[in-house]
Amino acid sequence: MSSPPNPWFSWSYVENNVDSLLAALQEHILLTVAAVLIAAAVGIPLAVLAYRVPWLATPTLAATATLYTIPSLALFAFLAPFTGLSVRTVLIGLVLYALILILRNTLTGFQQVPSEVQEVARGMGYSKMGMLRRIELPIALPSIMTGLRIATVSTVALVTVGEIVGIGGLGNLILLGFRTNFYRAQIMTASLLTVALALVLDLLLIFVGWLLMPWARKRRTA
Amino acid sequence: MNVLSDAFVWLNDPLNWTIRGGIAQLLQEHLWISAASVLLACVLAWPLGLWLGHIGKGGGIMVAFANLTRAIPVVALLTIFPLIAAIGFGQRPIILALTIFAIPPLLANAYLGVRQVDPGVREAAKGMGLSPWQVLTKVELPLSIPYLALGFRTAAVQVLATATLAAFVNGGGLGMIISRGFGLGMASGGDQILAGGILVAALCLVADGVLALVQRWVTPKPLRRQNVAA
Repeated sequence: MSSPPNPWFSWSYVENNVDSLLAALQEHILLTVAAVLIAAAVGIPLAVLAYRVPWLATPTLAATATLYTIPSLALFAFLAPFTGLSVRTVLIGLVLYALILILRNTLTGFQQVPSEVQEVARGMGYSKMGMLRRIELPIALPSIMTGLRIATVSTVALVTVGEIVGIGGLGNLILLGFRTNFYRAQIMTASLLTVALALVLDLLLIFVGWLLMPWARKRRTA
Repeated sequence: MNVLSDAFVWLNDPLNWTIRGGIAQLLQEHLWISAASVLLACVLAWPLGLWLGHIGKGGGIMVAFANLTRAIPVVALLTIFPLIAAIGFGQRPIILALTIFAIPPLLANAYLGVRQVDPGVREAAKGMGLSPWQVLTKVELPLSIPYLALGFRTAAVQVLATATLAAFVNGGGLGMIISRGFGLGMASGGDQILAGGILVAALCLVADGVLALVQRWVTPKPLRRQNVAA
């Protein structure tokens, strides 16, 4: 480690590479948002189904637990020979992991609905659909939002693994930096951007939850 | 699909197992890196978690730490640690990086394990004249074993899975089979990519199953019915 300086933080690196940083950030955001939206669109209805059809709950949870045990790199390895070095490979992998987290938390949320509340709602003449929309969903909502937050933050970190098929957002820059003479400024900048993106999206979802659940605003939750 | 049968042909070739840098050697590396990380994490997290549970403080900090580690990509620590002069290249940065990700589940379950002890039992122990240290070691610790075992299983399986990513920095382990396959390109490396994926997934699923049995085995019978959730 003698010659040229190789600092961890370099503003000139950022200035000279704005375009590639923004392009990687954009890819990272698009992959994350797409994966979480698809996962929510599939996972929340699946959780409602598993809640409504009680014998489905246990096998569903067992299947998701098994899938979650499989490492991300292995999942990409299963997909890549069939879907190629494409966005599809990364997106399918990201959706599957996010789906598990959203499904589990949503199901937990619905299972927290007290049976007395269901009794009362039924007694008041709510239909199944009405009860779902007006009673059960609001009770499950905090848990659903927690699932979305965990899924989003995990997905931001997981996108970096997509580098294996060439589509890893900021992960591409981190690993490119490592491979080209251990370019510290690039590794650190891209890493910090990834963490910052996760925190910003998390705060955004907290805000969405605050908007959606006015009744929970006074109470502090962990 | 042809790739699948090719993958099994690749796995069936004894040379791929015994050659230098082959499956046997990579598996050994994988297990060593994982074991070292999990044990190091246990040494750090268990005493701290039990103590925090005993004094009933620090829950918020633990949640914050767990959230932060979830936001940090493994790839980032795997590339940053070797470039820190005090750590250096080799297996050390990989073990350290994996240790950090193994701490949250161990810490949280040790803490929870102590917190869930029936306050009446704790009071009774105090009433019998046990010192705080005795309450911790003779009452709270044994009663939190199911949680410690669950935390160990979660952390160990997660580390075995995450150790795959060491291949990104050429750090050894079974992930190397996958990364080498991608290096060869999809046409000639597809079988190896898939074979590597199968090996890694099998390792994690088997480890999870074995540790589930261990978890059951170390849990005293009266505590088995208790619903321990992750």
